[in-house]
Amino acid sequence: MVETRAGKISLHNYRVRNKQAWGNGKKYRRRRRAFLLFLLPSLAGVTLFVLLPFLDVVKRSFQTAVTGEFTGVKNYGVIFQNQAFVLAVKNTARFTVVCIPLLVLAGLLVALTLSNFHNASLIKSVYLFPLAMPTATIVLVWKMVFYRQGFLNLFLTKIGELTGLWGSVTTDYLGTGASFWVLVASYLWKNTGYTVVLWLAGILAIPSEFIEAAKVDGAGRWKCIRYIILPNLKGSFYTIVILSFLNSFKIYREAYLVAGSYPQEDIYLLQHLFNNWFVNLEFDKMAAAVVCVGAVLFVAIMALQRIWDKAE
Amino acid sequence: MPKFRKEIYGMIKKYMAVVALLVPAVLICLPVFLILTGSVMDSLEMKQYLLPVFGEGEGYIRWKLIPDYPTFEHYGRLLFMTPSFFVLFWNSVKMVLCILAGQLLVGVPAAWAFAAYSVRGSRALFALYVVLMLLPFQVTMLSSYLVLDRLALMNTHAAIILPAVFSTLPIFLTYGGFRAIPPQLFEAARIDGASELRIFLTMGLPLGKSGLLSAMVLGFLEYWNLMEQPLAFLEEKALWPLSLYLPEISWLQAGFALCASFVTLIPAAFVFVLGQDYLEQGIVYSGLKE
Repeated sequence: MVETRAGKISLHNYRVRNKQAWGNGKKYRRRRRAFLLFLLPSLAGVTLFVLLPFLDVVKRSFQTAVTGEFTGVKNYGVIFQNQAFVLAVKNTARFTVVCIPLLVLAGLLVALTLSNFHNASLIKSVYLFPLAMPTATIVLVWKMVFYRQGFLNLFLTKIGELTGLWGSVTTDYLGTGASFWVLVASYLWKNTGYTVVLWLAGILAIPSEFIEAAKVDGAGRWKCIRYIILPNLKGSFYTIVILSFLNSFKIYREAYLVAGSYPQEDIYLLQHLFNNWFVNLEFDKMAAAVVCVGAVLFVAIMALQRIWDKAE
Repeated sequence: MPKFRKEIYGMIKKYMAVVALLVPAVLICLPVFLILTGSVMDSLEMKQYLLPVFGEGEGYIRWKLIPDYPTFEHYGRLLFMTPSFFVLFWNSVKMVLCILAGQLLVGVPAAWAFAAYSVRGSRALFALYVVLMLLPFQVTMLSSYLVLDRLALMNTHAAIILPAVFSTLPIFLTYGGFRAIPPQLFEAARIDGASELRIFLTMGLPLGKSGLLSAMVLGFLEYWNLMEQPLAFLEEKALWPLSLYLPEISWLQAGFALCASFVTLIPAAFVFVLGQDYLEQGIVYSGLKE
């Protein structure tokens, strides 16, 4: 896509300008002043609403909740022995590890198929639409589909009748471990669209001469994908992983609306735990957990960016 | 005739691809369809279909493509006899509009600062903004609460609006649009004696508006769906946004709930259809590296 390429070109300009601008006394001071003035409102707000309170949270993670007494790393010890915390970390990790590869692959498959069509905007819109649907509107539908006697079981039973392979299906999806897969399904339902858009942008940004040249040399469709398209999509891959990871936290909306604050134990996520701690005013544990989760996220983001830098 | 055969194979492949894409597409659309048909279905009729789900009936849930007794009773009740729906609807509208306006005022100049100027430390600040953008709400919930509590803003709409105004995601998206403008243009304007503010207002804004609009479209869809923040920061139900009202309706009023769902969906669908190009562009911008 042109924007992507334009983006890359201007990134280059940015670096070149960097070198020119620095060290050039008067002009540089003028730029710095303009930069600060434009940024000031946002920076003030971010400092007040995010950075300073975050320091406060770090401080609180070493204190008791009520009296504010200094307790060292006791809160950290407490959360790692807390069963709910361990369970929530485990479930959240499991959800992430299952969902992200599935989402990335599903998006890639759809995007590769779509890239063969000249005009795919209608299908693309259909895939994107779940992004626009408020979670609350969909919850009732999910319940109708996944209840013991809901649409999914009706459908499976009908298939069983037609093929004669199995009888009536009465799995309870929401009250058992299957609820985890309900969440996975609704995550895929909601997020496939934007992964498709990102993959497609990546595929369309590959100069068509590359693919033409490969075809002239006798490469088939699969060889084109394997040797030309996929290696050129590394940048898109890291982006998609980061954004999918971020959006995986928003699955809490579905989980909360379908199953409430204390759902079946396979879908008790970190988000539930944080919310429950917040409601119960257990700020000491929460602060320690926030610091831990924040640190893990920070390291993960930095590591991904490093890999990304190397890949380009 | 091998060539003819090849063409046939090509066509079969193409149609198979279309079918393979359409099946998931139909699955994606089904919920919308259910909401729409359910919202015009007579209560008694729906009760029959849903009996198995209440645990009273045998067999499975049923549904009709076209309801036997189509009715607008739910719409009438919702729009003319449910004042609380309007209160929450306007709460949602107010919050979304205030957030978007605030992001325009605060975020767009910030995005411009990052896109148009490079000074010592600007890259590090930008990296910080990117990390902040990637933190989920649960991580920032406690720190937001500490500030809001100290400013005595808990349980007011400002508790939702202010933190969202200083979210860094729209800055990142708007930045993508500004960055696509060739910087030589600004250099030329500077040589002609234009002030920095004037360059921003007369060149940056019109030329970089695609990024800005993308941020607004994505922002609207995100904040129309606001859930975590009001759940945590708004105790009084009269202050809630629409997105929290729907789950409050009981199963026994499924038709009414689906009708309310449909009405909630309309503004989002409207913005989606109008802003789809910007939405896609915004997604692409969100994927661009600094």
